[in-house]
Amino acid sequence: MAAPLRFRLALVFSVFALLSLLARSSSQDLQIANAERRIDLTSHIIKVFLTLKVENTGASPASEILLAFPPTQVDHLAVVKAAATVGKRKKKTYQPLDVNPSEQPDSPNGTKYFSVSLLKPLGKGESVTLEVFYILTHSLEPFPVEISQSESQLVYYRDSAIILSPYAIKQQTTYIKTPGTKVESYTRVDPTIHAGKELKYGPYDEQPPYSYSPIVIHFENNNPFAVVEELVREVEISHWGSIQITEHYKLVHAGARHKGIFSRVEYQSRPSISGVSSFKHILARLPPRVHSVYYRDEIGNISSSHLRTDSRKSELEIEPRYPLFGGWKATFVIGYGVPLEDFLFESSDGRRYLNFTFGCPLVETVVDKLTVKTSYSYLDVVGRTVVVLEKKNVVPEHSIPFQVYYNFNPIFMLAEPFMLASVFFFFFMACVAYLHIDLSIRK
Amino acid sequence: MVGKMEAVNGVKSGSNSTASTFQSAFFKPDLSLKSLKLKTKQQELLIRVSILTLVYILAFITRLFSVLRYESMIHEFDPYFNYRTTVFLTEKGFYEFWNWFDSESWYPLGRIIGGTLYPGLMVTAALIYSIIRFLRFAVHIREVCVLTAPFFASNTTIVAYFFGKELWDSGAGLVAAALIAICPGYISRSVAGSYDNEGVAIFALLLTFYLFVKAVNTGSLAWALASAFGYFYMVSAWGGYVFIINLIPLYAMVLLITGRYSMRLYVAYNCMYILGMLLAMQIRFVGFQHVQSGEHMAAMGVFFLMQVFYFLDWVKHLLSDTKLFQAFLRITVTCAVGVGAIALGVGTASGYISPWTGRFYSLLDPTYAKDHIPIIASVSEHQPTAWSSFMFDFHILLFLFPAGLYFCFKRLSDATIFIVMYGLTSMYFAGVMVRLILVATPAMCLISAIAVSATIKNLTQLVRTKSKVAHTGSTKGTTSGKASSKASLDQSLPFQRNGAIALLIGAFYLLCKYATHCTWVTSEAYSSPSIVLAARGAYGNRVIFDDYREAYFWLRQNTPPDAKVMSWWDYGYQITAMGNRTVIVDNNTWNNTHIATVGRAMSSYEDEAYEIMRSLDVDYVLVVFGGVTGYSSDDINKFLWMVRIGGGVFPVIKEPDYLVNGEYRVDKGAAPKMLNCLMYKLSYYRFGELQTEYGKPPGYDRARGVEIGNKDIKLEYLEEAFTTSNWIVRIYKVKPPNNRW
Repeated sequence: MAAPLRFRLALVFSVFALLSLLARSSSQDLQIANAERRIDLTSHIIKVFLTLKVENTGASPASEILLAFPPTQVDHLAVVKAAATVGKRKKKTYQPLDVNPSEQPDSPNGTKYFSVSLLKPLGKGESVTLEVFYILTHSLEPFPVEISQSESQLVYYRDSAIILSPYAIKQQTTYIKTPGTKVESYTRVDPTIHAGKELKYGPYDEQPPYSYSPIVIHFENNNPFAVVEELVREVEISHWGSIQITEHYKLVHAGARHKGIFSRVEYQSRPSISGVSSFKHILARLPPRVHSVYYRDEIGNISSSHLRTDSRKSELEIEPRYPLFGGWKATFVIGYGVPLEDFLFESSDGRRYLNFTFGCPLVETVVDKLTVKTSYSYLDVVGRTVVVLEKKNVVPEHSIPFQVYYNFNPIFMLAEPFMLASVFFFFFMACVAYLHIDLSIRK
Repeated sequence: MVGKMEAVNGVKSGSNSTASTFQSAFFKPDLSLKSLKLKTKQQELLIRVSILTLVYILAFITRLFSVLRYESMIHEFDPYFNYRTTVFLTEKGFYEFWNWFDSESWYPLGRIIGGTLYPGLMVTAALIYSIIRFLRFAVHIREVCVLTAPFFASNTTIVAYFFGKELWDSGAGLVAAALIAICPGYISRSVAGSYDNEGVAIFALLLTFYLFVKAVNTGSLAWALASAFGYFYMVSAWGGYVFIINLIPLYAMVLLITGRYSMRLYVAYNCMYILGMLLAMQIRFVGFQHVQSGEHMAAMGVFFLMQVFYFLDWVKHLLSDTKLFQAFLRITVTCAVGVGAIALGVGTASGYISPWTGRFYSLLDPTYAKDHIPIIASVSEHQPTAWSSFMFDFHILLFLFPAGLYFCFKRLSDATIFIVMYGLTSMYFAGVMVRLILVATPAMCLISAIAVSATIKNLTQLVRTKSKVAHTGSTKGTTSGKASSKASLDQSLPFQRNGAIALLIGAFYLLCKYATHCTWVTSEAYSSPSIVLAARGAYGNRVIFDDYREAYFWLRQNTPPDAKVMSWWDYGYQITAMGNRTVIVDNNTWNNTHIATVGRAMSSYEDEAYEIMRSLDVDYVLVVFGGVTGYSSDDINKFLWMVRIGGGVFPVIKEPDYLVNGEYRVDKGAAPKMLNCLMYKLSYYRFGELQTEYGKPPGYDRARGVEIGNKDIKLEYLEEAFTTSNWIVRIYKVKPPNNRW
């Protein structure tokens, strides 16, 4: 039973060891010829696409490129990914690069850095195009903080018009996409253009390193601000052919808080203007071939859910007991079983590999704290080994596979049937004994 | 009887003993089927055990309709309290449970839970739960609670078997087990999810009675002791133990009067009474009632009477002179009765012995509650029983009951006297209150079982003797004299055998009808959780109204943890259990004034109600409203009871103010006070804008089938906080007082 259980995570997580090995290069030698930033504010998960064309003007080759973030953004940063562009035009391919948090000795105003390790060092006069993608959560601040049922939700987004970078940027442009055309106000840093759903800052030329120009955008965003405050996923492997997953959610609407009355008649009769920022249902993408799906909470089953399955995916549309307005909470549990052979593989040396998705199956949801517990066997009398993974600030992009492997002797599969059989055996033996043994004192 | 059966059966298995049969089976190399053949007695045992097992399983699975149709959930009102306390017990342990002061109910008074409940059910469920956990089955406590009642119903069938066996024979026992397994009168209180005291109490009741009858029959101290413990379990589980403590003395009394007094009765009664009383005192809710309350005095009186009787017997044994004894008897009886009467009088006058409670009175006099205690009369299950519900709950047992009584009187014994008395008294109580049909059910089943078993046995004997006679005339000599006389009777009545067969078929048909009726009733009437309402949609699909849980869960998640919720007392237990919020009043209706205060608030104008609500620290008001869905047991239909209960304590509330010519209406013709009282306003707030039914004006109340009279409702001191999707539950927030500047 005491099988040595180890696990490894496939991609980005917990790869801090390489950090110290990386070579340092002077930031002054690098400069950015062209930068384009696209900020997508349509949901409450902010996605930023950054295209940087980096040139090495110094003498020594540079093997890493630094990305700078203001300290307020770093706390909300969920994912940073970088890729180098290879080839041109139609033959363009992307090579994923390692991105790691990095400390720099002379960072102004507490700027935090991530370093992108290039596959091959950038020689003198060479240039490389980087595609950086990062996600910010909890960065839209509702204002007004409290709204009534008939109002729509307005939020602030704060950033800089000029990309924060330790390198000088020759030319840069920022595009900000808002969910609707309704923008209450925005900071002008000329040239600034507002057209339709897009705000364009720039182009700005020749910005020195660490240039910063704060902007505030106040706009309407009625997308569901679905935040799972805490999610505990329990993955339980039964070697008899099934994996049972139980997920405990604490869902909250993290947008502007609901104030005053909730009128059902308004909500029912005028859905377009009443409670626009609230949400009623939420979609969970489950693995294909799920079975015995349930959706319940502390006080029983919640009857409003729909499951659609096909060969590639399963979609569970769940509807909390009541529509979620700002600040309202709902806790619930989703459970389902998946066939064992889809996720558990046995290698030739008898090891078993579990490949399972890490992130939260809910679509467009931020998870503040995610715990994944993996264990096997049931009806156990000697305790079980549980692998626990924890992560804060999880977004849908984290739904990537993780792997756990362990040794398991198939003979233990028979332990439980054997226990049951022996219980019945002893019961019947006791009955037979009782009927055949005369215990009375008198004859 | 059995010996005769064997002869008639003609199944001969040789003279081998069991052991030798087994030996031959094991050691003979040529194992044949013949060597495995069982003896008649073994066959009978096998059949009996398998029938009992089947009945046991049947009793369990027939109660699972609600789980299959809805889900594994707790039903109705009181079970939610029991569930909440069980969860508390499993989490915090018995000591904490026993000393639990619950500040979440009866705000601001609170409730001493440990001292005001029967802990038997919770302790039982917690015990089962811990055993299952010990066996490493990871079940939730809710599943245990949901299945406790069916499990005990199954156990009841076993007790019914042994009881029937004790009363009549094992055949009657089997029939009794089968009848009680599916009897709707019992199922109504023991379906899965109906986690209420009655679920285990009927088991305890029948067990106590069985053990007591066994003790009376055997005169064994061990059985009397067992019966005392059965009584203790009953006391710990349900307030209905008062029935036992009055029926058993009554039974002893009847035996005394009919001259059936015996040493066996003396041992059984005294042991059971004294030990049972001492054990019952350990339950805090019962305490010293056995010596202090008027309802328990009959048992004590009979106890003393029995000592006097025994003493007299002893004196009679010593005195040879009958004349002297007669004189002594007269003096002793007069003295004993006098002392008893004086003791009772003094006890009552000094307040040591409490008078009968209202509930007890209302049992003896069905009209009492209606006049004096509206809170008892307002509960639908406290109403006198209609004939239809007797038919609904008992079906053929109603006809079999008199037949069974006939058989009981025909073969009168101590045991049959008991079951006759149990049957007759419980039938009376069942007539007084609907919910007491439950208590009558075991007696009905047992007596009917005697009727069925005796009838069928007689008929089969007729059929069999005839055939035996027809086939082999020579065996006539071996059959008993009675059978042969019957056989000779057959010759005079040529159609007797056919008649018997016809009657057997008739009995079979009746029993089949009973089984189908029971299944139908269980499935249609008694398997609804009443928390989740189901209806048929326009296209025949099943529509589920889950509004109660929607509202309770909203309360649980989105209100401050210390919020106080005011609602009518029906929903108190559910709000505390599911909503996890403090309530003003709940289903434990111990404080009539408090309930009347809530009733007064609901029936006052908004500003007056606001004062009351402020004084009770109410944050939210919850009303149940069926006008959109046509759900008829809502607060508007219960409202007159609120008025009556409120008016019973606060005379400012007068029932005629809410009526028009003695008629209760909510439309334009309603009384002005009705149209402006808090309950009306909260129920119909903004309802006038809603089109509920096609072709009807907006504000058409589907539960009462009228257009409401006041569509322009303004709320000044409250605001709508939440309304469920089908409007069944509406929650309002009490606004804080206005700033003075």
